[in-house]
Amino acid sequence: MPHSTFFRFMGPSLVAIFLFIALPIVSIFVQSLHIEHPQVIVVSETCQPFGGCVETTSVNAAATAELRAAQPLGQFNGFGTYLDRNHLAVAELGTILSDTTGMSDAISRIYNLPLYRALAFTIAYTAVVTPLAMILGFLIALAVNTVPQILKGPVVFFSLVPMLITPLVGALILYWMLNVEGILGTAIQSLFNDPDLSTRTSAPLTWATLMTYGIWTNAPFSFIVFYAGLQAVPRETLEAAMIDGANRVDRIRFVVLPSIRPLVFFVLLVQLMDNFRVFEPIISFNAASNATSLSYLIYSSLNTQTTQLFGSAAATSVITIGFITVLIIPVLLRVSRELLAGKT
Amino acid sequence: MADAVHRRPPIVAFTAMAFVLFWLVIAAFPFAWTVWGSFKVQSDFFSRDSWWNAVVGANTMRLTDSPFTNAGYYGAWVTTEFWRAALNTAIIAISVTVISMTLGTLGGYALARSTYRYRFVILVAALFFRAMPDITLVSGYLLPFFQLNIWGYLPTAIIVLVALNQPFTLWMMYSFFQGIPRDLDESALVDGCTRFQAFRLAIMPVMWPGVITTGLFSFLLAYNDFSVSGLILTERNQTMVPKIASYLGKIQSDGNIMFAVAAVVSVTLPIFLLVMFFQRYLVSGLTAGAVKG
Repeated sequence: MPHSTFFRFMGPSLVAIFLFIALPIVSIFVQSLHIEHPQVIVVSETCQPFGGCVETTSVNAAATAELRAAQPLGQFNGFGTYLDRNHLAVAELGTILSDTTGMSDAISRIYNLPLYRALAFTIAYTAVVTPLAMILGFLIALAVNTVPQILKGPVVFFSLVPMLITPLVGALILYWMLNVEGILGTAIQSLFNDPDLSTRTSAPLTWATLMTYGIWTNAPFSFIVFYAGLQAVPRETLEAAMIDGANRVDRIRFVVLPSIRPLVFFVLLVQLMDNFRVFEPIISFNAASNATSLSYLIYSSLNTQTTQLFGSAAATSVITIGFITVLIIPVLLRVSRELLAGKT
Repeated sequence: MADAVHRRPPIVAFTAMAFVLFWLVIAAFPFAWTVWGSFKVQSDFFSRDSWWNAVVGANTMRLTDSPFTNAGYYGAWVTTEFWRAALNTAIIAISVTVISMTLGTLGGYALARSTYRYRFVILVAALFFRAMPDITLVSGYLLPFFQLNIWGYLPTAIIVLVALNQPFTLWMMYSFFQGIPRDLDESALVDGCTRFQAFRLAIMPVMWPGVITTGLFSFLLAYNDFSVSGLILTERNQTMVPKIASYLGKIQSDGNIMFAVAAVVSVTLPIFLLVMFFQRYLVSGLTAGAVKG
């Protein structure tokens, strides 16, 4: 295909990607180097004939608004926002490492810094949910494959339900059921015989709840891809393996798994990307006091009652993109190699 | 087909069946429970006394003389104007799907048929963009949008969601078009068609399964989006998902949480109908397209 034809077909898509993905990356980088203007403070001195003088400070709202309108980006701050306590907290890390009394003390103090706290949950969530949801999805695919043909349609449909429900809504449904007045919440209380047990009060329980939600909502995607893949496993190989005396487990291990290997990579990639952006369940479960994620930090900087903290949100965004780059580079290298080899 | 490959000892068949049933309960029960409970009053759905209240509706009976009430739906759709959010979501989701499938189909076709190396650069960059959480870009949109005075409007949200959708759409359509034999459009080129005519006459008639599968995912992305549309739309132009999130703060204190329950059911049912209708494309499209690796 000649270059001109290629770019005529590709043009609209490239323009959209350039304007709304590539340029905004530049935009957040520039923004992350700036910080909101401080409020303009006016100091005025009021003197009374015999009482002496009193200095009062007040915010000049008009001047503040004017300054902010003239320079919406705010003032230049260099990498200051990156280094402050709410982001990489370099100074705080230095203090912690120099006067720490031990490993657990250092970890618990680092965990109190907002960005590291969010990073800890984001990584733990991704690391726990991704493999477990994939294994569950694969088991469901194997089991659904044995269902009689006539029932397959409805079974596949209902299996997809957790994936189809909007993440915010799906998490909300589980949150209501796990509420102390909801059906699962009361069931758990009577199971452990503890009328005050609530998944909201302790951090480990909140983490476990969010991860359970993650597995519930992600398993159907693995299921549907693996199920589609199982339909394409070559029958001849399965039959040959049977004739050679391979039992059921051997056949899954040596015939089914190798033939769906490319799918495992595909699902792993999609799930890693999706789990790393975990955000909505934290809102639904109202869990921010016990668990936050990188995406949640950005959202909370932008969704404020007063001034939106653009600088802070942008710095967190750049740091998040940095982490996802580290995570995704091996994958990008592998995909480039495969593309060049002409396998895809 | 009771042949050797599909024959299973009873114990295996039984375990598999039990596992499927167990999973179906886990997958479908929460929503079914919420649908049933959305027709009750709050003191039944969130009952301190007994979960059985939510099933039979004891308090609903006492307060409304009927075991079912549509007060939650009335409150959501009429009192708090959920219909406006539903309309906004419909406009956004349909526009995003149509536009992003148009752009993505053309782009995916070009990527699948080009022989130059730069197509790989586009594909790898697209994969990287797909990996970035959407919300990281939102902070980059807000200030420029305020300055250009385009913040808050539906077309802005549509074009942003189309762009965010492109990386995924390009990959899906690229894989799909790779599976369509080159001979098909190349013979049209030999017959004297231009590239665009070949696309229109030879490719368009056979591309619909791929377009429907990818379109379904694009629709879900736009419909489910919370982070982008929640932050770049005014309250009047709000879509359903951010509207539900806004209920959480406001309504919980007013004792109108059943509005949120009704809204949750309302937002989910259209998705179910859509997927029920297109389900076979979902499975076959995944087998034919992206899934080939």
